[in-house]
Amino acid sequence: MTKKNEKAGNDLMKHIKPVIRHRLFIPIVFLIFLLLINIFIKPGFLKIGLGKDINGNPVLIGNIINILNNSTELVILAIGMSFVTACSRGQDISVGSTIAIVGGVVMRVLCGNETQPTELKAPVIVAFILGCLAGMLCGAFNGILVSRFNIQPMVATLILFTAGRSLGSMAMGGLKPKAVASFSYYGNFFPGFPIPTPILITAAVIIITCIAMKKTNLGLYTRAVGINDKSSRLNGIEPSRIKFMSYVIMGLCVGIAGFIQASRVQTVNPYTIVPGIEMDAILAVALGGNSLGGGSLNLPGSIVGAYTIQTLTSMLTTLNVNTNAIPVFKAVIIIVLVAIQTPAVKRLFGRKTQAAKPALGGGKESA
Amino acid sequence: MFKRKESPSDTTFLLAITIIMFVAIYALAIIFLGDKGFNKIQMFFNLLNENAALIVIACGLTVVMITGSIDISVGGVTALICTSCIVCLNNYGFNFYSSLLLALAIGLVFGAFQGFLIAYMEMQPFIVTLAGMFLGRGLVALIEVNQIQVHNEGFEKLSGSRIQIPFLGDYNKRGVFIQSKLEYGVVVAIIIVIVMYWLLKKTSLGRKFYAVGGNAQSALMLGINVKKTRFLAHLICGLLAGIGGFLYLFHTRSGSVQQATGLEMDAIASSIIGGTLLTGGVGNIIGTLFGVLASGIALFIVTAIGSQDPWWPQITRAAMLCFFIVLQSIILARKKK
Repeated sequence: MTKKNEKAGNDLMKHIKPVIRHRLFIPIVFLIFLLLINIFIKPGFLKIGLGKDINGNPVLIGNIINILNNSTELVILAIGMSFVTACSRGQDISVGSTIAIVGGVVMRVLCGNETQPTELKAPVIVAFILGCLAGMLCGAFNGILVSRFNIQPMVATLILFTAGRSLGSMAMGGLKPKAVASFSYYGNFFPGFPIPTPILITAAVIIITCIAMKKTNLGLYTRAVGINDKSSRLNGIEPSRIKFMSYVIMGLCVGIAGFIQASRVQTVNPYTIVPGIEMDAILAVALGGNSLGGGSLNLPGSIVGAYTIQTLTSMLTTLNVNTNAIPVFKAVIIIVLVAIQTPAVKRLFGRKTQAAKPALGGGKESA
Repeated sequence: MFKRKESPSDTTFLLAITIIMFVAIYALAIIFLGDKGFNKIQMFFNLLNENAALIVIACGLTVVMITGSIDISVGGVTALICTSCIVCLNNYGFNFYSSLLLALAIGLVFGAFQGFLIAYMEMQPFIVTLAGMFLGRGLVALIEVNQIQVHNEGFEKLSGSRIQIPFLGDYNKRGVFIQSKLEYGVVVAIIIVIVMYWLLKKTSLGRKFYAVGGNAQSALMLGINVKKTRFLAHLICGLLAGIGGFLYLFHTRSGSVQQATGLEMDAIASSIIGGTLLTGGVGNIIGTLFGVLASGIALFIVTAIGSQDPWWPQITRAAMLCFFIVLQSIILARKKK
């Protein structure tokens, strides 16, 4: 090889390297890869059409719309989980159970003690606010345990993980009420408006988060506490307050997600609602390139991760894979995706710089 | 030789609290709920019969947690063992021993694979074992979607047989003496508890687990092979998950996709009640044993009171967990000052 060629190669590498090294590179490449497979197995995958629902109202239909619609809860939860993971160096495993509590509260407020009410017992906005308050209360409970009592997040949230679904059933008084159709607008479509409401809510949540990250120091403080809470205290940040706040934010996210989930079918079964979504949310955070050991807050990554998981799920459903067997594919993909981001593999490809630090911390990070 | 995070008195104290709580709950149950069967000796043996598998699995988790790692795949592994063993017993002419070997092999493969990824590939334990959990449950669905039962004479005969305890028993309503019965699984569980106690307290490997969990950096400087120690902890956990899964099958004789859901969290909760810290370096097997028994007896009591509402068992369990966790954190915070 001549010198000139070598130089050209180096120039090329100079442009490519920042792209490859970008923290969003692997999540986005994988998402595109999944979408390409989808297009390959189902040629009309990207098509978005205008259809009509049962009542004759115009609605948007298409695979992409479905994926965006169905991933709403996961995206919202992934945002909250990123904050919790970044500052408390642990995960909240109670989100699925807390959604059951929120759903129970919402249904109780809307239906009272009847199983088939003919009208809503309270305005929807009241139910929404009470649902969010219930979620934030659960978040505050977890937050106090983590920030005041210094309990590891997974242990602290194990309490609500165990009790949440039963509490949700208790909130509904053991009934399985079904609300009237007008409640379903929030989980499906507003009549006459073609875009599914959950997509709009997701967009709103993402925009609010963006504004909050730009206008406040939330992101900086969260990262600082996650990296070293002693030194952030010396710099005038109160670590326990930030940790508490992150859990309340998580609770708010759970409240919104629970409200949408309850509105989708206008009924809630606390024992089966969103099974295993806590694991999916944690997975989204990990796929997005955040360290589960705290200290890194990559919100776009988490959001891309959540969409990736939903794309994968819907792809496997299209391929007629049994719902219970989907986890096998998820497992393989987790292992592959996380493995190529580990220091050991990076070292194998000669990228020593990034591999130095976590060599020993690996075992501790789950705690 | 190894400096631990807490002085021994703290762990002893936590252990003492767990044992006292268990004895107190049991005593209260005997006093107030004696007529519901709590004054019978068989009740205690039933407690062991029901929880034998959980004791073994929780022992494995305790070892992993002492090294500062975590394993949430045990529930999925248990479901996989149950279903695959039943399919082999029913359709491929496996007998008791070959199905036991299959169970151990599944547990060991999961343990070794996860241990390799965590220790040598430096991947996060939570994510790796989450994948293990997904893999276990998903494979169950690939093998058999419906719930299945064991139809194998030899296995059912063994599984149905009980040990008669000499001299111990209760008088039934007619005044006839009935000897107490114990399942074979309990004997296995007790042997495992003793072996693991010996392993953790008396062998150098056990001390290495504590050292690595307490502080991996200083353990490395003491010349301990940290990676190998972590790998071995996961291998042991996998082996015990294999044994525990087989005991689960031995007790229930059925398998389904939803089987043993949340078993990993029950096991983790039992270890925590027994005084094991998720941060690593602290914990002991006897505490885990009493942790399992304490949450088991609480569930028995809630069932015996016979509330119509189905939500009380889980809420009771969570309240107990909350009590222990907060108590531990207060004690540890006070000792540090």
